[in-house]
Amino acid sequence: MLKRMRRRYLALKIDSNETFSSRDFMDAVWNAVLKLYGEYGASRSGLTLIDYDAEKGFAVIHTMHTTVEMVRAALASITKIRDKPAAIHVLTISGTIRALYKKIQQ
Amino acid sequence: MKRLYADLHLCPNLKDSEQVVCMTRKASELGYHLIAMSLPSNFPGEKIQQLRNICKEAKVDFASRVDLKPRTPKELINSLRKLRRRFEIIAVMYESKHVARQAAKDRRVDLLNFPLTSFRKRFFDKAEAELASNSLASFEIDIKPLLTLEGPARIRLLSSLRREAAIAKAFHVPIVVSSGASNELLMRKPREPAALTSLFDLDEASAIEAVSKNPLAIVKRNREKLSPNFVAPGIRIIRGGKDC
Repeated sequence: MLKRMRRRYLALKIDSNETFSSRDFMDAVWNAVLKLYGEYGASRSGLTLIDYDAEKGFAVIHTMHTTVEMVRAALASITKIRDKPAAIHVLTISGTIRALYKKIQQ
Repeated sequence: MKRLYADLHLCPNLKDSEQVVCMTRKASELGYHLIAMSLPSNFPGEKIQQLRNICKEAKVDFASRVDLKPRTPKELINSLRKLRRRFEIIAVMYESKHVARQAAKDRRVDLLNFPLTSFRKRFFDKAEAELASNSLASFEIDIKPLLTLEGPARIRLLSSLRREAAIAKAFHVPIVVSSGASNELLMRKPREPAALTSLFDLDEASAIEAVSKNPLAIVKRNREKLSPNFVAPGIRIIRGGKDC
């Protein structure tokens, strides 16, 4: 039987003096994953942007539960977004969106 | 019990007090319990106290650290004799193999740090690891070059780190992962450097220990030694005076 793929939702904080569009942000994330793990690794991650707030520098993405550490490493390796200095920090990780927002509010 | 994290290698511009304050606050925000800044060997004691006060305000513990770059084993021994009682952490960065061997066997050295970009000067092999395992030295890995290098240089670095981390583990040399950050944007949350260590095949448990247990153990051990009540390992003065 086909195994159900479990997901993990990651709340992220974008640390920079600039604001970026969601496209710039996702480009930076994909580039980091591609550089570190190649196309095969990137294809396994199942990265998707769920929520993005450019003003607050806040984003929610989801990935497969097997590739959480891989995505965490790729996010940590980001030093620039659209050639502007930036850093991305993982605020919290959860198995459901509802639990993720609850954790952030706490 | 909540795990405590430490970053033993912050490299702010010490002349820029604003940057020092910003990086200290950032470390506290990111969840570090203890930080150490790389200081010059002639750094005055009052300024170290000032740094301690800045860290106290930011609610983070501070440890003083000096990075030695001796050219000969003799120079290393002389520096250690002068500086061991002034700094809580002593790291040695190598210029030659002789210095590397001397540093690995000297119990006054806490951290062995290698030039991450000049691959010919990386002397952490089995002999070095064996000497380090008999002394108290830990193998330090800075994360900064992993973030700033790209392409073939990063590939080469990861390859060296993979070999060295495996040797360190085989010889039970503690690994310490530090940021080596020179500005705020190069600082990461403690779990993030730990995740980056998976790039050179360090398992998760060892990676977490490398940012928490191992660096904290170095500082605890040295503070105990530097305390005026210390006599010898396992022996310390508990009470003094006529009524003893």
